[in-house]
Amino acid sequence: MKNNKLTHHGVSDKVYKGFIYVVLIALAIIIIVPVAWAFMASVKQDIEFYGNPWALPKGFYLENFVNAWQKAKMGSYMLNSVIVTVIALALLLVIALPAAYVLARYKFKGSVILNMMFMAGLFINVNYIVVPIFLMLNNGDKIVRSFLGHPIFLNNLFILALVYAAMALPFTVYLLAGYFKSLPREFEEAASVDGAGYFRTMVQIIMPMAKPSIVTVILFNFLSFWNEYIISMTLLTKPGLRTLPVGLMNLMAAQKSAVQYGQMYAGLVIVMLPTLILYILVQKKLTQGMTMGGLKG
Amino acid sequence: MDIKKGQGRFIFFCLAPAVILFIVFLIIPTIDVFRMSTYKWGGYTDDKTFVGLQNFTKLFHSDKFYQSFQNSLLLIIVVTIVTFAFALVFASMLSREKLKGQDLLRIIFYIPNILSVVVISAIFSAIYDPNSGLLNAFLNLFRGATSDSTLWLGDQKIVIFSLAGAMIWQAIGYYMVMYMASMANIPESLYESAELEGAGRMHQFFTITIPLIWTNIRTTLTFFVISTINMSFLFVVAMTGGGPDGATEVFLSYMYKEAYTNSSYGYGMAIGVIVFLFSFALAAILNAVTKREHLEY
Repeated sequence: MKNNKLTHHGVSDKVYKGFIYVVLIALAIIIIVPVAWAFMASVKQDIEFYGNPWALPKGFYLENFVNAWQKAKMGSYMLNSVIVTVIALALLLVIALPAAYVLARYKFKGSVILNMMFMAGLFINVNYIVVPIFLMLNNGDKIVRSFLGHPIFLNNLFILALVYAAMALPFTVYLLAGYFKSLPREFEEAASVDGAGYFRTMVQIIMPMAKPSIVTVILFNFLSFWNEYIISMTLLTKPGLRTLPVGLMNLMAAQKSAVQYGQMYAGLVIVMLPTLILYILVQKKLTQGMTMGGLKG
Repeated sequence: MDIKKGQGRFIFFCLAPAVILFIVFLIIPTIDVFRMSTYKWGGYTDDKTFVGLQNFTKLFHSDKFYQSFQNSLLLIIVVTIVTFAFALVFASMLSREKLKGQDLLRIIFYIPNILSVVVISAIFSAIYDPNSGLLNAFLNLFRGATSDSTLWLGDQKIVIFSLAGAMIWQAIGYYMVMYMASMANIPESLYESAELEGAGRMHQFFTITIPLIWTNIRTTLTFFVISTINMSFLFVVAMTGGGPDGATEVFLSYMYKEAYTNSSYGYGMAIGVIVFLFSFALAAILNAVTKREHLEY
């Protein structure tokens, strides 16, 4: 009789825990099922799509991937995406690392204003300025055309990469500068005593220490460059130059007129597979990095 | 003296690329948005005429603008409330209880965040498909296959909520991880003493968890406003194209259509200016309304 209350408490505790499991697993299923279903659909034959959509595929119809890769040109779009992402990441690191280092550790005329300027950049969103950027590049092309006879700014993968790097600058500088500020002064003092110049101190002593932050920067920006499509579809108008997400959008539109479901889902898997693999490999770093940086943009 | 000179040169070369890129691709286009909104500039000519605020008066007499305003506001409200409530409750469940598979659950919840919005749009288009979609097939289990299939993306009354569904699916994990990170900082002793005083879980949630992560909640409210405006654009471009008949036209998709597709640059930029001011004002209001005394723990 005495411990009646206690056991009662224990039972309600167990019920509550069970309830939590059910709710959380339900959410997990809601998240996982659409993604898993897309993988399943990518190996179905087109005719199977007329049956029950929940049915398992009858076999592995890998022909879908061949079609997506060759006929729908997802293979060459993949190459475009790889080129743009790699160049953009390289540019971003080469440009942002020294800037963040100097902004974080040197006091000079205008350093306060520059720091504020990059902070203000966090509030500028790409979606608002994509059309002015397009017009600026278009105007540039008009001028260049009168000299060279052909345009060079629009429909240029390198320029797209440069724009990506520029868009990622404020957040990247903010994140890296935050890290550089946390380092003790002694590193530079010791290097200076040893006779190392400013540049050597930065490259050989400070950069290696910043490796974890650099990895975080690469991870986040890889995802955002790889997945981006608004700037890409605005600045690259030639079909041959599409990046993967824009190519997928085209496959979606084409699928509405000619029924080629399988090919579309194969294309979809091609777009998301690299990001999923990366995520599985480094998921801890990613969720930690997110809470470290606060926002992603 | 020589050291000083070397330092100045070092600072200059470290900063110059970043500052140039920042000014060319972020500052100038942003100024352009405001400047161009006062010009009448359309079509393929270079003729620009200064019209003052005429674009804005035209805007306030446009039914299409009000429609996009209404849709955006509806999405901001629905997506914010649902995502916020679920993310907060789930985050507290995951961080307060010791559960098996906690890490796995967190990994799964974050998956939508690493996928391109095009991929998510393609998956949800398939889920919402009236004939071969997962959702109708699932609902037919309960209502019988004979009933009319719901046009999730074709019915003007439903489509905005279908869009909201996809957006919530995408956002929920991000905010969960965010809330969990700040909940992890709440000392366990607070909950223990509350338990001794007989406070139930609900009571603890409202008197300990929420007040102590209030700063974080306020920050995310601003995020919700800004990111819903931006994300709704991404989803609309890839999923509905603003249709059917403007039922999903949102702020930025309307801007993009006028400025890029229709080449009414001045008018399009005027929309951008209004949207920017609106999001700023809304964020400021939310910030003021949610102001509380800061709690220390």
